[in-house]
Parts: sequence; C-alpha cells; structure tokens
Amino acid sequence: MGNLLAETSNHKWGMVIDQDLCTGCQACVTACAMENNISFVGEVDAGYGRSMHWIRIERFWDGEFPDVKATTFQPVLCQQCGHAPCEPVCPVYASVHSQAEQTNLQVYNRCVGTRYCANNCPYQVRAFNWRDFPRPEPLSNQLHPDVTVRRRGVMEKCTFCLQRILKAEDAANAESRQLTDGEVVTACSQVCPTGAIIFGRLDDPESLVSHLVRDGRAVQLLEELGTLPSVTYLKGGSSYGRNG
Amino acid sequence: MVATAKPLEHTLLEEHEDPRQHLMLDPKPRGEMNAMVMDSMHTTSWKFWVVAILLGLVVLLCLFGAWGYLIAEGLGVAGVNRPSYWGIFLVNTVFWIGISHAGTFVSALLRVFKAEFRRPFTRAAELMTTFGLIQAGLSIFMHMGRVWLSYWLMPYPNERSLWPNFHSPLSWDFLAINTYLLASTMYLFLPLIPDLAMARDRSKGWRKVFYRLLALGFRGTEGEWTHLRTAMNIFAFAIIPVMFSVHTIVSWDFAAATRPGWSSTIFGPYFVVGALQSGIAAVAMVLVVIRATMKNMKYFLRPEHFDAMGKLMLIVSMTWSYFFFNDYMVQWYGGDKFTQMLLEFHEKGPMGWMWFAMLICNVAVPFLTLWNKKIRRTPGLLFTIGLIINIGMWFERYIIIPISLTINRMPFTWKLYKPGIEILLSIGTLSFFILIYMIASRLIPLVPVWEVQEGQMAHGLRKVGKAVVKTVSDLE
Repeated sequence: MGNLLAETSNHKWGMVIDQDLCTGCQACVTACAMENNISFVGEVDAGYGRSMHWIRIERFWDGEFPDVKATTFQPVLCQQCGHAPCEPVCPVYASVHSQAEQTNLQVYNRCVGTRYCANNCPYQVRAFNWRDFPRPEPLSNQLHPDVTVRRRGVMEKCTFCLQRILKAEDAANAESRQLTDGEVVTACSQVCPTGAIIFGRLDDPESLVSHLVRDGRAVQLLEELGTLPSVTYLKGGSSYGRNG
Repeated sequence: MVATAKPLEHTLLEEHEDPRQHLMLDPKPRGEMNAMVMDSMHTTSWKFWVVAILLGLVVLLCLFGAWGYLIAEGLGVAGVNRPSYWGIFLVNTVFWIGISHAGTFVSALLRVFKAEFRRPFTRAAELMTTFGLIQAGLSIFMHMGRVWLSYWLMPYPNERSLWPNFHSPLSWDFLAINTYLLASTMYLFLPLIPDLAMARDRSKGWRKVFYRLLALGFRGTEGEWTHLRTAMNIFAFAIIPVMFSVHTIVSWDFAAATRPGWSSTIFGPYFVVGALQSGIAAVAMVLVVIRATMKNMKYFLRPEHFDAMGKLMLIVSMTWSYFFFNDYMVQWYGGDKFTQMLLEFHEKGPMGWMWFAMLICNVAVPFLTLWNKKIRRTPGLLFTIGLIINIGMWFERYIIIPISLTINRMPFTWKLYKPGIEILLSIGTLSFFILIYMIASRLIPLVPVWEVQEGQMAHGLRKVGKAVVKTVSDLE
C-alpha cells in the first residue's frame, strides 16, 4: 500500500468545494479551459458527450417540470485520488502518481489512447482528444506557454494547475522560504466569484483547506470506493438555504 | 502396433443402418483421398473469383480505407464518447477471440479426448483460430488513440528505461493474445506438415515451390512421424490451458475494473464459455459452407459431423445459460444501487430489444431446435442456427461493453453510445476473415488426409453373435 504511506509525505495538495457557495456560474470551467489549453470541441461533439472540460458543474433536479426542486450544484474535477483506479490499468505508465505533489499525472507523450483509465475512473473526469480540434487565428494566440498542447488520441485531465504549483515552489525556493497558504491558487479557485473553491496544502494543519476538511459538512465523492480523494465537498442545502 | 478391438458405447448398428454412412466406416484408398483433396484445392469456379474480388474491394474500402481515415481524423469519427470509452472495436475484439477459441477447442480438446468425429475438420477449425485472432488483433489496434505508438505495449529495451505496466490487465491481454497467436499458428502448422508434403509430391510450378518450402523436407519416415506425433501431442495438451487463459484474461479487462456490472468474479469462465458458444457455431457454419462450395467435400463432411457439432452447440448453449443466470443472479441479489440501475437499463433502456434478442438467440433458439436429430443433420438449418447464435453472442458483448459503460456512478455523464465508422470496420474485418479463409482453402489442404486415414484404419465392423458392432482400435 505504497499510496497510503505516501499520504504522509511533505506536500499534499488538496481542494475544498463548498456546495453552499457554488452558484453554478461556470466561471471555473471557463478559466480552466483558458489556463490549460483545453480544446473547444464544438456543439455537435459536445452534445454527444465529448466535451473536454477538466471541471464540470453537475446540476441535478428533483421532480418533473414545473414542480422542480433544484439540488445544489456540484463541480466535479479530477479528485487526485491517493489510491487512484486510473493508475494501475494504464498499460504504458501514462497515468502515474506524482510523489512530490501527491497528485495523479497524465503523461501526454506516453499515452497511446487505450482509454482504460477513463473507463476505470469512477468520477468520469478524464477527457479524451477525440480529434485534433481546430484553434483558429485569434484563439491560437491565447495558448498558455507553460502547458502542453495535446493532440488527437491522447487522454488528459485536471492537473491541479501543476504549472502554478511548480512556479510558486520555485519562487519560494529561490527566496529560501516556505510556501505560504494561499500562495498557490488554481485557475478555478482564482476566478470563483463566491470563493466556493479553496485550494491549499492538506499536510499543513493550519491551512484553510485543512480547517475546512475538518468541517462537519465535509464529504468525499464516492468515498465507499476507497480511492482516497484529495477533493473534499462541503455538502450544501443546509446552511444558507439556497434552495429554500 | 498392437490393435485391440473394443466396443464403443452405442456402437451396435441398427437393423437397417448402412455402415458406409459413417466416414470412418467408408474407407477409400489413401491415393484416392489425396487426389480428392488436391482436386478440391485446384477447382475454382467463376463464382469463387467474383466473391473473392468483391470481398477484396470491401476489405480495401471498409478495412484499410476506413481505418486510414480513422487514423488520420482521430477517434471522433467513431462512436465512442464519454462514458462509453470502449465501443464496437472491443466488441469485435472479444467476438473474434471467441471465434478463435473454437479452433483450439475442436481440434486440441477433441484430439486429446479422442473424439473420432473431429478427424475431417480439425484443420478447418484451426484455420479459424489463426484467422480469427488476426481480426481480433486488428480490432484492438483500431481502438487505440495513437496506434502508431502501439509498440510501446511491448517490453523492449529502450534508452528511456521505460517498460510496460505489468499491473494493467491490458498488458496481460497483449501478452496472452500474442502467446495464443504464436501457439495456435504452430499448432496449425504441425499437423499440416504431412499434408503439405503430400501436396508437394502432387503439384507443379509455383505451388511445388510453395509446398516444398512449407513442408520442411518431410518424407514420412518412421522417425519423422515419431517426432511429429510427440510435438503434436505436446502442443495439443499445452494449448488447452493457453486457450482458457486467453479469454479469462480478456474477461479481466472488464472484471478487474471498478464498474457496476463489470466487477464479477465469474467473468472468466463465463467469457470462455461464451467464446466456445460463438466459436463452435462458427465452425459449424464454416463446415456447411465448405461442404456446399468445395469439390469432394461431401465425402469428408457428412451429416454425422453436423450432428456432432449440433450436440456440442446445444451443450455449450446450456453451459452459457447457466453462467449467464449465475452472473445475473448474483449481480441482482447484491442490490448495489448502480448495478440495479444497470440491470434495469439493460432490460428497459433504449437498447432493451438487444438484451431480449440475446436471450432468444443464445438460449431459446438452440434449446428449441438442437435437440432434434433431423435439424442437427440438415446443413442449411444448422448454418442458420449457427448464424443466430453468433448474432446473439455479438449482442452479448455489445451489451457488456458499450451498453454497460453507459451506466456509471456519475449519473450526470450518462450517454448512450451510437456507432459511427465502427460499422464499416466491422464489415471490413468480417470480409477480411472470409477472404483470407477463401484464399487459404485453395492453398492449404483443408482436410487432414493422414488423420482421416488413421481413423479409417482404426475403425472396423465386428460380429458379436448376430449383432454387428462398430469397433475402434486404440492406437496409442
């Protein structure tokens, strides 16, 4: 159980999503696409279940129209499992565990596109490059230089904005200091207008995420599968009465 | 060689039965049988060429053309989506590996158990193994996102010190299928050597060169036969566990995953039986076609052989039903929320018709027809039943892969799979299989003459009192 032991290593990044604060505005989805050079698949492919977002807002409702009772919004992204089902099934080690950041990495250059990882992901958060989606002129100018552009036939997924983590760590190392809480924010967390997405180090007991993880409302997605996710949800519908 | 006569079960001839209706009791001289087999290889009507050219065009267009387009465009032209990341390509892979199982089953298992009816068609079944595996391999490669890098699945020394991940069921699969392909090709080749030598001695021109190269200088001396028999015996025993392991490992691709409906401990034997179900039916179909289209085959393939195949199909169909029920029962009783939804989706979802069609094709049709001797002995009917069983088994794999993938633990992502270019490629692989089989039927002696002759020499009739008893001498 190497993965369990690794839980205690130095930098464990984690995220808390407060479902009471989430308004379902999709700003995180947009920001993520900008930050991580995610392709726009177009209307037809998106309608057929091929949209490539690394984070999606799940929206559920109870009952039939017009007596609809909306439940809370649920942003779902890669849960960066400590014991990830996607990792052992890849035949070429394209889906691997990062010992340094305690996240799941996808090595685009190594991926041969068997899509086993996506089948085995209980959260269905992996995105496959079904085609080489076009990036016409003005769009091609907004590519993030720190992030690989993926080609067709390759699996991809949320990295917890690894490029931002590395940049901040480098800066801190250069100044010979520790990272401070809140120094690294992911793109989704940065743009969230209500502050529903909080990112930070779970190994630092004083960080904001560590405090929130101990909250009474804290739950994890499909906890029963034993995947040890790094994302914690503060379940909604009780505190602020958004659905009331 | 000491020949000891012993009565077989049910060997008493009925009053008015003609013993010559049995191939083993209707011997012909070796030279005549050789000539018949050579003749069947050399005779091609214009229909053969028309069908071959048409199939060639279909293969060119639907297999190579469509595959090239798929590689150039990416998997977007296929029907796979989230959550059905695997579609018809893997359905075809499992289906063709299933077809390939019959060859080994019919040939190796029946050889080991000395089932005499196998003798005239072991070769025809073994050819299906090798050719079916080729289609399975092609389908896997079609399924890959970056097929041009598929050699990364192989463990080869490289400057980056990267190895494939041996934890992945796909890696096991890759090794298992390769092992099976190599072993089954060798197993096809060994019993073929005497027949190749026979053909070499009876042909001219390029055929002579072809057979001389393949026959490896076999002359039929005592020593050569001893070695050949030893090798065939080793392979016949060794390939049986390989056959069982291959489809078990294929089933682990699914059973080892954390998905409702897939994590089942019974998938291994269930898949093996499913493979035999479609494979034996396919062998029966091929035998019917060979008998109807090739010269002199009515002597070698007789109603008794279809009768035996029909019985096998019925037994395997019963076994398949048992495993299906066992799997379904435990999944249903388990009461897992998502499994429950999946089972309901199978029956009441938009593809529910396929679930019921599967049960009709795999259970109802064989159960209701194959118990009847007349039906079993009628080639046309047996062909139809074989076709129905194969359609049913293809449906079964379709239900296990894309339809079961539709239901997962995140209901937000549920989406039905609609096939795209996969349909063309499926037609392409089927045509490719038929085409190479057709070509092989004119290049390779489809009936193992030596094996038939061996059987005919061992069989005889004896009188016990007033009854005539069929006997077979135990050669080994």
